[in-house]
Amino acid sequence: MLSLINALPGAVAQGLIWGIMAIGVYITYRILDIADLTVDGSLCTGGAVCVMMMLSGQNVWVSMGAALLAGMVTGLATGILHTFAGIPAILAGILTQLGLYSVNLEIMGKANQAINVDKFSLLVSLRFIKGVPFYKNTILIVALVILVLIAFLYWFFGTELGCSLRATGCNDKMARAQGINTDFTRVLGLMLSNGLVAFAGALLSQYQGFADINMGRGAIVIGLAAVIIGEAVFGKLFRNFALRLFSVALGSIIYYLVLQVVIAMGLDANWLKLLSALVVAVFLGIPTWNDRYAKQFKDMGRRRGSAGKGGTD
Amino acid sequence: MLEARNIVKTFNVGTVNEKKALQGVNLTLADGDFVTVIGGNGAGKSTFLNAISGVWPVDSGQIIIEGKDITGFPEHKRAAFLGRVFQDPMTGTAADMGIEENLALAFRRGARRTLRSGITSSERALYKDTLSRLGLGLQSRMTTKVGLLSGGQRQALTLLMATLKQPKLLLLDEHTAALDPKTAKKVLELTEEIVEDQHLTALMVTHNMKDAIRIGNRLIMMHEGRIIYDVAGEEKKALHVQDLLQKFEEASGGGFANDRMMLAE
Repeated sequence: MLSLINALPGAVAQGLIWGIMAIGVYITYRILDIADLTVDGSLCTGGAVCVMMMLSGQNVWVSMGAALLAGMVTGLATGILHTFAGIPAILAGILTQLGLYSVNLEIMGKANQAINVDKFSLLVSLRFIKGVPFYKNTILIVALVILVLIAFLYWFFGTELGCSLRATGCNDKMARAQGINTDFTRVLGLMLSNGLVAFAGALLSQYQGFADINMGRGAIVIGLAAVIIGEAVFGKLFRNFALRLFSVALGSIIYYLVLQVVIAMGLDANWLKLLSALVVAVFLGIPTWNDRYAKQFKDMGRRRGSAGKGGTD
Repeated sequence: MLEARNIVKTFNVGTVNEKKALQGVNLTLADGDFVTVIGGNGAGKSTFLNAISGVWPVDSGQIIIEGKDITGFPEHKRAAFLGRVFQDPMTGTAADMGIEENLALAFRRGARRTLRSGITSSERALYKDTLSRLGLGLQSRMTTKVGLLSGGQRQALTLLMATLKQPKLLLLDEHTAALDPKTAKKVLELTEEIVEDQHLTALMVTHNMKDAIRIGNRLIMMHEGRIIYDVAGEEKKALHVQDLLQKFEEASGGGFANDRMMLAE
């Protein structure tokens, strides 16, 4: 029990970092209506670029900026495959993700690159959770970063360009009829999304003290889980767009808290990915089941209800 | 205004499903022409409108609007000249966005989308005013998601969006076919009103021959990817449904019986 409580701040910090990644997933999955699998690769690209830049003596902010740009390039690659080459979005993402495996290895030179928190001035680290001045606390710093990101995205999706992105995801035929270049908006959305994902990867690699070729495996599932949990828990409460993005970050925190609880209850960590996949699969299935079965049940209930009334009259 | 020169389009070339949808369509519209388009199923009416809109490239031919050859333009660039309303009320609007947001998207048709605000307060006043003229009460529901509106309301909104920035050419693709008769009548009246007010040039596909005769100043009939009948002015006004049926019979020979249901009211 004590170990669980001790693990909670770490879970919150990790949840927040993955929350940034999940906001990236929200942009493609919810706004553009694309399931973008690039993120499994671009998360690692962000981590790899950030760590290698810092190891070569660059400032942490410059390194994270470079990671963000690198992530945007990965989104550009998927976007071009999808729009210019006409490859279905999900397949385009898988192709980029596969290609990125080689690219990420090339960036790092090997499968894993560590960065020592004592030798480099990292922005976040699992060592900065307890026993540091509050302004160095990783939870606070990542929370502030998220607030800035949400403010930026709230502004952006209210601009003419941002609105054209939303229209593309909502009804691309209508968007083109209103003069929106839907190929361009899709590429832009994929770049924005993967930029955020890579930025999250940069934070994650600092946090855990290394970048690893496998750090992005299953990232899309975690991102989707955060989006879905956020909507399930706060969907009725949060209607405003900024609050929705906020609920995605909260969803990610809940995901990591639940994970800690499950581990504390004695589940073998090997089963975590299967558990995540099952949870996401169930939540993704719920709208379909609602449509298919709940209405039938409701109708049945109504019929039975009215029949009962008829009997008593 | 619009000049379509020898437009040819074949779908699924080289397969068993090969369909010669347009086989050399020629049409010249004068400024302010309001043309109704009739014809049986598969005659190429919607295909012709799609060819003008640039949904896909044509195999050959030229499309010229106000002296400008737009044959090579992608769909989103042609949108600068065109207002479009589709048969399916779901197609013309973005369901997850508000009424005012949809109008704001339409207001920027043909303009570059920048990082300026997607909707300004002066626009809101304009939209409110425009909406109140519809008489559907939408002006008090400006932020309502369009997905919550009825098919008729959505179609009226689409019509408004198509004409908010005056288009060079308005394309109406059976835009009342999916509505109930009462709503269809209302949307059609609104169409006539807007076209008249703004002196628009318009192409309207319809299955209703009475409407086709009554509305507009010119009527064309399509069959098997060609325009087989083109009538305007007094001659058009004097037409009867029976005349059109007869014309169609002459042109199509034996195929008439199958299409009769579609052509009749």
